[in-house]
Amino acid sequence: MRYLPLTPDDRRAMLAKIGAPDVDALYRDVPASAHVGLSAFDLPDTQGEMEVERALSKLAAKNIAAGAAPFFCGAGAYKHHVPASVDHLIQRSEFLTSYTPYQPEIAQGTLQYLFEFQTQVALLTGMEVANASLYDGSTATAEAVLMAQRVTKRGKAVLSGGLHPHYAQTVETVAGLAGRMVRVPVTPGKAEDIIALIDEETACVVVQSPDVFGLIRDLRPVAEAAHARGALLVAVVTEAVSLGLLEPPGAQGADIVAAEGQSIGNGLNFGGPYIGLFATREKFLRQMPGRLCGETVDVEGRRGFVLTLSTREQHIRREKATSNICTNSGLCTLAFTIHLSLLGEEGLTRLARLNHATASALATRLAALPGVELVTDAFFNEFTIRLPKAAAPVVEALAGRGIVAGVPASRLLPHEPSTANLLIVAATECVSDADADALVAAIRETL
Amino acid sequence: MSEVRYTDQHEWIRLDGEEAAVGITRYAAESLGDVVFVELPAIGKAVKAGGEAAVVESVKAASDIYAPVSGTVSAANAVLSAEPSKVNDDPEGEGWFFKLKGVSADEFGKLMDEAAYKKFVETL
Amino acid sequence: MSMNNQGRPTSLDGGDSRRRAVAPGTITPEELPTISGDRGLDHEEKLIFELDHGAVGVDIPDVQVSAERLGGMRRSGGIGLPGLSEPEVVRHYVRLSRKNYAIDSGLYPLGSCTMKHNPRLNEKMARLPGFGDLHPLAPQSTTQGALELIATLMTWLERLTGMPAVAMSPKAGAHGELCGLLAIRAAIAARGETRTRILVPESAHGTNPATAAFAGFTVDSVPGKADGRVDAEALKAKLGPDVAAIMLTNPNTCGLFEGEVVEIARAVHDAGAYFYCDGANFNAIAGRVRPGDLGVDAMHINLHKTFSTPHGGGGPGAGPVVLSQRLAAFAPLPLLVADGRGLRLIEDAADAPAGAKPFGRMCAFHGQMGMFVRALAYMLSHGRDGVRQASEDAVLSANYILASLKDVMSAPFGDGPCMHEALFDDSFLEGTGVTTLDFAKAMIDEGYHPMTMYFPLVVHGAMLIEPTESESKESLDRFIHVLRELAREAREGKIARFAGAPRLTPRRRLDETAAARRPVLRWRKPDPVKQAAE
Repeated sequence: MRYLPLTPDDRRAMLAKIGAPDVDALYRDVPASAHVGLSAFDLPDTQGEMEVERALSKLAAKNIAAGAAPFFCGAGAYKHHVPASVDHLIQRSEFLTSYTPYQPEIAQGTLQYLFEFQTQVALLTGMEVANASLYDGSTATAEAVLMAQRVTKRGKAVLSGGLHPHYAQTVETVAGLAGRMVRVPVTPGKAEDIIALIDEETACVVVQSPDVFGLIRDLRPVAEAAHARGALLVAVVTEAVSLGLLEPPGAQGADIVAAEGQSIGNGLNFGGPYIGLFATREKFLRQMPGRLCGETVDVEGRRGFVLTLSTREQHIRREKATSNICTNSGLCTLAFTIHLSLLGEEGLTRLARLNHATASALATRLAALPGVELVTDAFFNEFTIRLPKAAAPVVEALAGRGIVAGVPASRLLPHEPSTANLLIVAATECVSDADADALVAAIRETL
Repeated sequence: MSEVRYTDQHEWIRLDGEEAAVGITRYAAESLGDVVFVELPAIGKAVKAGGEAAVVESVKAASDIYAPVSGTVSAANAVLSAEPSKVNDDPEGEGWFFKLKGVSADEFGKLMDEAAYKKFVETL
Repeated sequence: MSMNNQGRPTSLDGGDSRRRAVAPGTITPEELPTISGDRGLDHEEKLIFELDHGAVGVDIPDVQVSAERLGGMRRSGGIGLPGLSEPEVVRHYVRLSRKNYAIDSGLYPLGSCTMKHNPRLNEKMARLPGFGDLHPLAPQSTTQGALELIATLMTWLERLTGMPAVAMSPKAGAHGELCGLLAIRAAIAARGETRTRILVPESAHGTNPATAAFAGFTVDSVPGKADGRVDAEALKAKLGPDVAAIMLTNPNTCGLFEGEVVEIARAVHDAGAYFYCDGANFNAIAGRVRPGDLGVDAMHINLHKTFSTPHGGGGPGAGPVVLSQRLAAFAPLPLLVADGRGLRLIEDAADAPAGAKPFGRMCAFHGQMGMFVRALAYMLSHGRDGVRQASEDAVLSANYILASLKDVMSAPFGDGPCMHEALFDDSFLEGTGVTTLDFAKAMIDEGYHPMTMYFPLVVHGAMLIEPTESESKESLDRFIHVLRELAREAREGKIARFAGAPRLTPRRRLDETAAARRPVLRWRKPDPVKQAAE
């Protein structure tokens, strides 16, 4: 086996040193009934690199990659161009094959980029502090609700109908243990009246902007109403590039921002690994979940970085920890940080404008088709249209022709008849004029 | 005239008239190492003897501070929030954590006096 | 704080090493501060924000947009991101990378973390566009290959563990623990019972009690025995009608197999409770022992440990959970089913097949696909025989280390055998003036990442060494030699190299107290007024 350095001679010599007759003797604590031979496993034997590559490539070839077709899916995961240097750098051994930076003297590389990452996230979201990331946007949202429950010592959370349904389900599963989760019915293309649901028992109200249909929400009145009742506003962002063009949640009164960072630096990966961004106000620092990297000095007075405030975490606090989370999304944060460094202020702003312009032009063309209606009048790079017939079969039909038209709302809300004809369309910088032409023509033909 | 008593959890309590100040002993402060954060109870909170009342954190450990006796929190040492090092510098003086009112003389009387606590520490 | 004025002790004699290691007339680095502040290959590197000079590292057309479709929410202020060109960004992160230790550059003996070789084939496979560039909500007819890959990985996990079902979505070990406990909670509720207590051995990893509390249970700690195993009798005595589950790590955190596990499982089941096994150490027994045969009801598998998906400086991981027949029905969404047209993801509870009662959803989408591809590439490469050989080599290497060091370092649980990691305590350092931390930091100067220290908590001054199957005998022998010499020097009172170690690193010991007392968690633009005043 090519990954195993020990030779049969090495193994014999090592057993001799140990004083064991064979390797079975090392497993003597395992009850006799639990020993099994290889034949107990109905699985194949060792294969060479070429054979494995062939088998997996065959599986990969059965899928339609986003880059291989006119492609318009979003709804929480976005196809963006990632500069070649990003993937090259994150594959450097020193980043790829290192552990959590518990020995700061030999992990300054990881620690410094985490510090840069935390700063970038705070700047982007308009918040004061950010952690070193969580698993993804949905789990970050659940952690935000849990944190609001801790801060306010209240249980109830009000979830906007525009919150990505998978996010809402994740929040219900995890935070529902500690309080009532009130989900507002969906109102595609409109901001619901959520303020009336905030009361003195409410820990937080969770609003996504742009919402799952692409609609840009004004968080300011919600923040004001929440604060008036002692509740927090959790702002959710699933498309991080939007922060290059839109007013950040921090400037709109959000207390916690939970966001998906995949669209900066990270591939689609069929849903994971992604990267949860988590930012808040300085006063809530010690209630924050997840790892934090902080600045300090070494014994010679030189600036350096360490993981800090770890007493909040599970390995010290055990059952009293702020969260049971053990890891962050290390390498994904690095990809995010490098990509954002390449973009810089100007690059991100241009990228965001290009996304909006591309989506806006496509929305205009689609809305001009007979029977097609634009549902979301304010959006970033994703919008929802209403077709004169069910959207899911249209998407399937177009997929058969090599065009991936978007996400039918029924995929996320299968038992919500009012959304059956809705199609959520994302158009990023990757959408070419030819892609847009293909989509417009194909939809016209199916109607 | 104030009177000081100790617990086997290494808290001290100094009864001064109606009010009793609570902190951790020098022994506890030294074994914790550099204190980096103190979480104090809210004023008005009712605590029970042996119940969790505050948290003290060093870089590597977090420990609960228990109320030596029952009572109502009447003050919290806000200075510690900004300067947690006070707990190390002067644990049995300026490094007090909180004060209690409505303390039962009976509960207080059952705690160790200085000599007993000293003896207790020697057995550790 | 004392400055380093002891030269660079490179000989193993310690003590008077300065005169020996440095020839007369040569200048030590400390005596030659460089003009640049850099030292050879070790470059000082500012924060990316401090390198800002208004350049740009991408070429993106400058299109203007009208605000009419932004709902009045256009950004009113700047962001504050620095501007650099591509070569500057590349150099910055390459320089940072060189300040990290990594498994690719040296033995990484972190017990309980499993730092094994990360094959690059796995990276290549995960980047195939059909996986890496695949959207989670693309029409399922266009993602059949990905679903097939997940189904294949599920089969591998089920067969290796002898368990009938697996939930794939948990994103890390702790997330898997939560998934397992929520399934247990749902199963208990479905029986119309209320059980609130979870038994956790005191040697457990901190995530176990944290997760149990998080899932709404109270934690009841079970003591261990002098031989490093859980006290099975004490555990049985704690069982009762309010006990929901036990959480047992096996092999346990002391690197030992819990020999009474079958009996424990039987007692737990007889009491109507469930057996959650923390699968963090599955890499010791994969291919030899099936947890299903031990009576396990739920176990998460850290794909980043046993199946070698890279640790990436702290993630991302993946923590699928295998489930027994008693818990299978409660697996969270999404579910993967085969129907006439191929494979299909069930993403809504209302569409679940008969009998399935998913307890909810752990995250958006379908789990850590990128990690699934890598793990399957690892499994296919090893095959069942290679998986077994890897486990055996890991156990053999750990026992070799135990046998080679037990006379100079102290092993709290005697002669072994151990499983995949060898546990020592700090009693061999008693009276030497060298602390566990000093000893570990001195290893850094010798070119090694330290072992896991102070874990498990049940052993005073624990040092947990996990060599994994990825080291050659020569590499192990060299490591053993260095540790033996360090132990000898400590014992002989040659402690100069320990105090204040490490010395040969980009940074020396860092002030963690200052970092925690006044947290600085982000860079802020220096205030020009304040700067001018200084």
